Amino acid sequence: MTHTRRFLLSAASGLALIAALPASAQEFITVASTTSTENSGLFGHILPMFQEETGIEVRVIAQGTGQALETGRRGDADVVFVHARAQEEAFVAEGYGVQRFDVMYNDFVIVGPSDDPAGLANATDAPAAMAAIARTEASFASRGDDSGTHSAEKRLWAAAGIEPVGAWYLSTGSGMGATLNTAAQVPAYALTDRGTWLSFQNRGPLTISFEGDPVLFNPYGIILVNPERHSHVKAEAGQAFIDWIVSDAGQAAIAGYQVGGAQLFFPNAQ
Amino acid sequence: MSGGGILPLSLRGMGYAVGGVALLSDVTLNIPAGRRLIVMGPNGAGKSLFLRLCHGLIDPTSGQRLWADGLGRAKAQAMVFQRPVLLRRTVAANIDYPLGLAGLARAERAAKVAQTLERFGLRAMANQPARLLSGGQQQRLALARAWAMDPEILFLDEPTSALDPSATRIIEEMVAQFAQEGITIVMTTHNLGQARRLAQDVAFLHRGRLIEHQPAEQFFAGPQTPEAQAFLAGDLIW
Amino acid sequence: MDGPFATAISLIATADDALLQIIGLSLRVTLSAVVIACAVGLPLGAALALARFRGRGAVIVLFNALMGLPPVVAGLLVYLLLSRSGPLGSLALLFTPTAMIIAQTVLILPIVVSLTRSVVEDLWAEYREQLTSLGASRLRAVPTLLWDGRVSLLTGVLAGFGRASAEVGAVLIVGGNIAGHTRTMTTAITLETSRGNLGLAVALGIILMALTLTLNAVAWGAGQWAKGRLG
Repeated sequence: MTHTRRFLLSAASGLALIAALPASAQEFITVASTTSTENSGLFGHILPMFQEETGIEVRVIAQGTGQALETGRRGDADVVFVHARAQEEAFVAEGYGVQRFDVMYNDFVIVGPSDDPAGLANATDAPAAMAAIARTEASFASRGDDSGTHSAEKRLWAAAGIEPVGAWYLSTGSGMGATLNTAAQVPAYALTDRGTWLSFQNRGPLTISFEGDPVLFNPYGIILVNPERHSHVKAEAGQAFIDWIVSDAGQAAIAGYQVGGAQLFFPNAQ
Repeated sequence: MSGGGILPLSLRGMGYAVGGVALLSDVTLNIPAGRRLIVMGPNGAGKSLFLRLCHGLIDPTSGQRLWADGLGRAKAQAMVFQRPVLLRRTVAANIDYPLGLAGLARAERAAKVAQTLERFGLRAMANQPARLLSGGQQQRLALARAWAMDPEILFLDEPTSALDPSATRIIEEMVAQFAQEGITIVMTTHNLGQARRLAQDVAFLHRGRLIEHQPAEQFFAGPQTPEAQAFLAGDLIW
Repeated sequence: MDGPFATAISLIATADDALLQIIGLSLRVTLSAVVIACAVGLPLGAALALARFRGRGAVIVLFNALMGLPPVVAGLLVYLLLSRSGPLGSLALLFTPTAMIIAQTVLILPIVVSLTRSVVEDLWAEYREQLTSLGASRLRAVPTLLWDGRVSLLTGVLAGFGRASAEVGAVLIVGGNIAGHTRTMTTAITLETSRGNLGLAVALGIILMALTLTLNAVAWGAGQWAKGRLG
């Protein structure tokens, strides 16, 4: 039967398609990181340098910090590279990570409508700025996704002694870019890392309303997933990446990444 | 027909009931090899059901259906339906299909398909989609397909009731030829003229019962039952 | 932005390597999933149409309901299955194109099974007596019915292709949207949207739609041709 043959042929070609998946001869590691680092374009800048030097390909999965740590916990990544210090330390303490290394920091800024309805220009520090938003009930778009940025936002509300509830508080439950898209539409204030903001195109009426308070600094840490927990973790290659990123070469690569003439991340490895 | 054939077919008290309602009861009949049996009767008498039971599409719920070889090999039987069901393929592929099912070798099949197309004047349309033929051509192909299977017995269920007179004549000629070649014919019709032209034997069904079975000349000369008399006279009976 | 159409055209005109790779991966993942779902779903759907067994109704309802399975849920299930901490973790398939193919196969298999069952059931009602008369067993009828229902079945296959090529939830979770490795058209669109590159995102969407449109046009043309050729 010709149709039986044709059927078998198409089935075989389908299997061939799958078989043709590149059997990556090259060594690679999987890094669970955050949307903010990926969206800022930092990885596109530094990873080719690392690969050039070591021949190791780095596959980055950009997730929220909470999800990235969960990916590490499940053993689905070799290295986690995130920004939520308390959670990172818990990750190590629970035995999922080997050791946390400081890598760099960037800072958060509060962006909002250029007419500044809450008067953030007059705020003395970040908690005061948040308090002003709550007091005037100006719209605020929150990540609401347990990401590092969301954690930082919650710390600021706590420092201001405010529990943010009400129609003005919009929990988007999505990534930084999506939250900024929402803020631009409403328009609303939002807390964002500077990197995402600088490379974000769809700003609409948004501008930086508040910046510069040291509590807004946002440190990134890097952790090797514990090979004692997950024996398949590529400890050697993963450690090579960590060693490189905290080395002079890695730190210089981070410092050299600019968007629109502005440096986004400030190396601070010890 | 060789000695190892499936005929005669003998029906012994064959009946069929659904949910306690008898649609066909107590049919006892012998169908010998090489005869042309026409099954007649008013609508709803159970003619189509009778054919399906004989052919084995349905099994009787009472009585017996006995083939001479004990099995009634499917390969030795064929059936043509009132509305031919042609596969959505070419004319040639429709003839080839049952040959493949019967397990014929590829070369043998090709030869048989070519022979069939030639014999029934279908060669010019061999590669046309069977479904796009006219009603008469479709029925012709259905008969050709049945013939290609080389059956001992051919069942036909009102094969011309949906056709115009000229197509009907062609089908009747084919049936007569098949009979001449020794194929046993069992055919239902309620076209009296057709029955007169083709029948050697007549079985008359009425309300699910076989009430008359005799050679055609006798049946048409003088049916024994009032129902058959009325039917032949053109009265409406039920 | 100077119009997403202009961006789309210049993207195609420059035939940027990264873009071609993304398009290639999208097609490979989706077409592989369609082929596998058909290889499994066509016979399964046909068997479901012809077989009579206890609980058949429940199986049919289940497959019908699974057509509405949210891609994210399908992705999550495959993620939990393939994760290193999951039952199939040792295969190291998470965050690979193979994982994406598996997830999309899970998504479209119910569509192929349900539509095949429905098409074959109708065709069986028409063919049953004739095929039985010609000597075909139920098992032997399966390939016959699939072949004769091919024009209608193509619709089901296209619906499956449409669902797979349009979805982002499942491939994002199990693929990880890794640049140069598991980034497809839809995950790239999600990424560019989150970067606020709405123009680029729409341009990618236009390219995706153009591909889908082309494939559907070819399939429709093939179906029309088959209809004319084979009734």
